[in-house]
Amino acid sequence: MQLKNKTFTNISLTLAAATCVLATPAMAATSEPDSWDIDAGLLIYAESDDQVQAYEGALSITKRIDDERSINVKAVVDVLSGASPNGAVAQNRAQTFTRPSGNGSYTTAAGETPLDDTFQDTRVALSTQYQQQLNRLWLYSGGANVSKEYDYLALSINSALARDFNNRNTTASFGFSYAYDTIEPEGGVPNPGVSVDDPDNRLEDSETKQTLDLLFGLTQVINRQTLMQLNYSISDVSGYQTDPFKILSVVDSDGWANDYVYESRPDQRTKQSLFWRTKYNLQPSGQVFDVSYRYFWDDWGMASHTIDSKWRMPLANSHFIEPHIRYYNQQAVDFYQVYLDEGQPIPEYMTADYRLGELQTYTIGLKYGFPIAGNEFSVRLEYYLTQVSGDESLAKGAGMSGVDLYPDKSAVMLQSFYRF
Amino acid sequence: MRRILLLACILSLTACSSLGVKPWERDLLAKPEMQLAENPMELGFDDHTYFSKEGSSGGGSFAGGGCGCN
Repeated sequence: MQLKNKTFTNISLTLAAATCVLATPAMAATSEPDSWDIDAGLLIYAESDDQVQAYEGALSITKRIDDERSINVKAVVDVLSGASPNGAVAQNRAQTFTRPSGNGSYTTAAGETPLDDTFQDTRVALSTQYQQQLNRLWLYSGGANVSKEYDYLALSINSALARDFNNRNTTASFGFSYAYDTIEPEGGVPNPGVSVDDPDNRLEDSETKQTLDLLFGLTQVINRQTLMQLNYSISDVSGYQTDPFKILSVVDSDGWANDYVYESRPDQRTKQSLFWRTKYNLQPSGQVFDVSYRYFWDDWGMASHTIDSKWRMPLANSHFIEPHIRYYNQQAVDFYQVYLDEGQPIPEYMTADYRLGELQTYTIGLKYGFPIAGNEFSVRLEYYLTQVSGDESLAKGAGMSGVDLYPDKSAVMLQSFYRF
Repeated sequence: MRRILLLACILSLTACSSLGVKPWERDLLAKPEMQLAENPMELGFDDHTYFSKEGSSGGGSFAGGGCGCN
């Protein structure tokens, strides 16, 4: 039995997400004091139709100081390129758009979904997390993150406390996180609702956003094979939440877009979620079922359901395979509209960003893991399909007849992990 | 819907005290594959992807600020 140092979970496995650490009941340790654990990961994300391509590398180092304390440092580098929908509707003629920076233009062919091809960025993120067992029952975790890309800076801190009850079968946790983000779009912050061709369409140089997250967690050992987790979280976001790169078409009665205006989102959003997860270890095979459900709602009118399930099957010689299925369904925010009607007043809030519209996404994947020289290597291949829905009858007139207002999107993700 | 979920939470809280195992019965729960954050890096990759492609975030951990993902 692995009862030695049982107040710690495997630190290298837990430090990355403070609340996950604290929501995990204290169990056996697998690493010795004064040891180092290193995790390396690589993600390749590629969307169809030459849309977004991303390469993300991550390195996480955990130093276990002693029985009570550990510290983790993590670095992530992202390289992104490709094209992204700009929010305008497809037309039965070619469309030319001014680039978001205001410099130059790009053209979309007739019948095609308008994609902004200027999407290119490199992001570097650094984070550190400290964890300490305060006494037999209390565990503290605190950390800081910084993330920088060309036009975006994100800073955040987090802190959490967890306490075990009921002979360590129940763990209650509470955590908070505060984030301060700054965006500095090339060419300035666009003026919402103003035409992209209007020379007077820019406001100041930068905008900021603050996010306060609170998370309450409860983890319960049900029996020798079953573990259950329940979280409630509330997130208050204030400040600039508009996407400066997204626009809406202004369409006439024949369906022709004669103008495009910058989108506008409220500067206040409160998001809440309930998250339930169960892990079950089937005996004697040792297969592990991991199922979670999240219900999310906010004051923008969005609500969503997410079901995620993994099934880990051990094979001979410590190899394993893990099929994965995820289903996500969201309803649109109140101010989502696929385009604006010409001659109507410009609404205060509006977006045609499909990510705030009605959509379903499906993920199906398979992971394969095996030991190399006593360390674990795993590779994971996933297919991710996004189906956008909406009122098809809005494709009106000669300008839009037959065009796809809600195009689907698919992506392939390849991930690999090495732990030593 | 929200009321039903909240009720389910409260009921599951009150049931906690009678659940659990003895210290010597933790062998399976102690296995790495039974940890809630068995692979934080995978969790990080997934959260980043879904955060930038869907309208919801958070739940399992902090939703946070993050990136200018588009």
